[in-house]
Amino acid sequence: MEEELKKPTEDILSYASSLRWKVGDDFHDKLTEAIYSDAAGITSRVVKDDKGNQSYHLDQTLDRILTSRRYGFVIMALVLAVILWLTIEGANYPSGLLDTLLLQMVYPGLKSLSASIGLPWWLDGFLLDGVYMAVAWVIAVMLPPMAIFFPMFTLLEDFGYLPRVAFNLDGLFKKAGAHGKQALTMSMGWGCNAAGVVATRIIDSPRERLIAIITNNFSLCNGRWPTQILIATIFIGAVVPESFSHIASILAVIAIAFLGIFFTFFTSWLLSRSLLKGEVSTFSLELPPYRPPRLWKTIYTSLIDRTIIVLWRAIVFAAPAGAVIWLISNIHIGGESIAAYSIEFLDQFGLLLGLNGVILLAYVVAIPANEIVIPTVLMLTVSYFGISGVGSGDGVMFELDSANETAQILKAGGWTLLTGINLMLFSLLHNPCSTTIFTIYRETKSWKWTTVATILPIIFGLVVCFLVAQFWRLLV
Amino acid sequence: MEMNNQMPEACETCALNSASQLKKLGVNVDNSDFVVALAGNPNTGKSTVFNALTGLRQHTGNWAGKTVSRAEGGLTYADKRFKLIDLPGTYSLLSTSEDEEVARNFILFGRPDVTVVVADASRLERNLNLILQVLEITDKAVLCLNLMDEATRHGIAIDERTLAKDLGVPVVATSARSNKGIAELIKVIHQVATNQIACKPHRIKNLSSKVKEAIEDLSNKIIAEYPELPNSRWVAMRLLDGDQQVMEALQNGTLTA
Repeated sequence: MEEELKKPTEDILSYASSLRWKVGDDFHDKLTEAIYSDAAGITSRVVKDDKGNQSYHLDQTLDRILTSRRYGFVIMALVLAVILWLTIEGANYPSGLLDTLLLQMVYPGLKSLSASIGLPWWLDGFLLDGVYMAVAWVIAVMLPPMAIFFPMFTLLEDFGYLPRVAFNLDGLFKKAGAHGKQALTMSMGWGCNAAGVVATRIIDSPRERLIAIITNNFSLCNGRWPTQILIATIFIGAVVPESFSHIASILAVIAIAFLGIFFTFFTSWLLSRSLLKGEVSTFSLELPPYRPPRLWKTIYTSLIDRTIIVLWRAIVFAAPAGAVIWLISNIHIGGESIAAYSIEFLDQFGLLLGLNGVILLAYVVAIPANEIVIPTVLMLTVSYFGISGVGSGDGVMFELDSANETAQILKAGGWTLLTGINLMLFSLLHNPCSTTIFTIYRETKSWKWTTVATILPIIFGLVVCFLVAQFWRLLV
Repeated sequence: MEMNNQMPEACETCALNSASQLKKLGVNVDNSDFVVALAGNPNTGKSTVFNALTGLRQHTGNWAGKTVSRAEGGLTYADKRFKLIDLPGTYSLLSTSEDEEVARNFILFGRPDVTVVVADASRLERNLNLILQVLEITDKAVLCLNLMDEATRHGIAIDERTLAKDLGVPVVATSARSNKGIAELIKVIHQVATNQIACKPHRIKNLSSKVKEAIEDLSNKIIAEYPELPNSRWVAMRLLDGDQQVMEALQNGTLTA
């Protein structure tokens, strides 16, 4: 049976190869030419074109400005700054509302409910102070900025600005040995690294796609913006005169974001000259026409498509983290909690890096979601240093109403300006959250590259923090 | 001019309109009577057409390569269930990047009942490259001339009847963003699926006689062996081009199964 099937197809194939000799090896070109001349013939019969049209010129003028050598980059930086500013400013109010609702209204309600049905203290603590708190915190901190950032980003996308960004950055990426479309995935990463990693599917070449995946973590994500903003407000804003403190902290955050872009190029360059050597593949990027975005439809789809899905994944990972935080603070061995042991152990490394044991432990515990780093830091500081009068008890994540109160706690925990700066740097340069790590594995199907993508940023972070700390102590 | 823009909108809300027979089924694609593939160049609004037909809200974006893998959706029209496959946007079916393969393999091996090629009306000439290739693979195709509103805004007019005659398949003008022409599109898809409209697709002309002879020669040999194969001419072209994947598909029987 097999043989019978093979015979005629082999005949056809050998006949085809003999014909190929006769036709010549430029068959592909001849066919392509034929298709193009057919297309030109049909077009000339059916299309009536008016090139003097006004909107055609408007598109061209916009392109000349947005992709110009002189203004292209300035406009990009301005657009980024405006989006960040709107996200930072706009998220405050709904974040506060959600915080009041979930932590100050629902939480006490759940507490009294659990008391009335007589839940044992450990189950009550584990579920409400651990799991519920972590989830509520992630929703309150993460939902508002995502709900603002993603739709704004999508509006720009619908308008047709993103391909122009890719066009502007193409030359730089090419010099770094990477693909120009990485500009698109990089800017997706400013919303969420997991989403950015998925978006690398638009890059055809596996080599360049891996570079884009590994470097996506250098795009400061939504979970890290709040950390940057809070720490910048407390430590950077405090060293300049009061009237400049707001602008100084926003500039500091933007500086960190641009440092991330620098590391994206640097790492791409490094990888394309070591582990991922290869030619830069050319691609033709079509600059689509500008289209007026449909506001409400865009907001709806970006909420459903991106915000809710990303948020859901964060919640799934935050719940177990909350449980762990509660457990390590409440399980005591020989009179000290596991958390206290770990902090003392990590402190020696932490101080060398200009950080401290609390921060390092917080980053271990908060691997599932970057947005719970700050609450974990505060909770561990309060319980470890025995600061009284704040917080709700050991292992309960909480948020302080004003940056001032947070500052007092952190300073009581021995924080200095150096600690603040290095925390901002480490927040940019550390392993991706577990959602992103999981996504990287799903996209690459390779433990090797998942490990590289996880470890490489930590190495950068440790080196940068160490150097900054050493120079700081020499000079200051 | 104004009247022209107003008319379809009024018709589309009328109960006699074909849209009244259209029921969007979202992701429910079970037990479909017909499979419809959506192909087209990147950034022609394929996903928007897909959403308009299925009622899904797959994210659409104004940049090339938005749809990386294929998406599925369903609808019923005139008591028939249609399964719709949104293929990644491609400029051609001749080279071998991943997205082009997904699109080509589906049209070739998935054997959709109807292939709808979505084209950007203001960039017809470039879009024809893909359209002409698709018409070599399949007989049952519909050209959806999308983004008509934009073309009009840019002062471009298209003679749809001549285009349909030249291509040998029905042409439907749409502006999927504002839902214009979608009702007409599904009506035509239904007519092609049920053979009420017979297509006589355009074959690539402008070939030198030597090349033309070689294609016909090989095509005849293939058709003699596999009389059921609908696209022997295209297979012949791919074999002459030395396409490894099509060779393998012929050898292991997936092409002719």
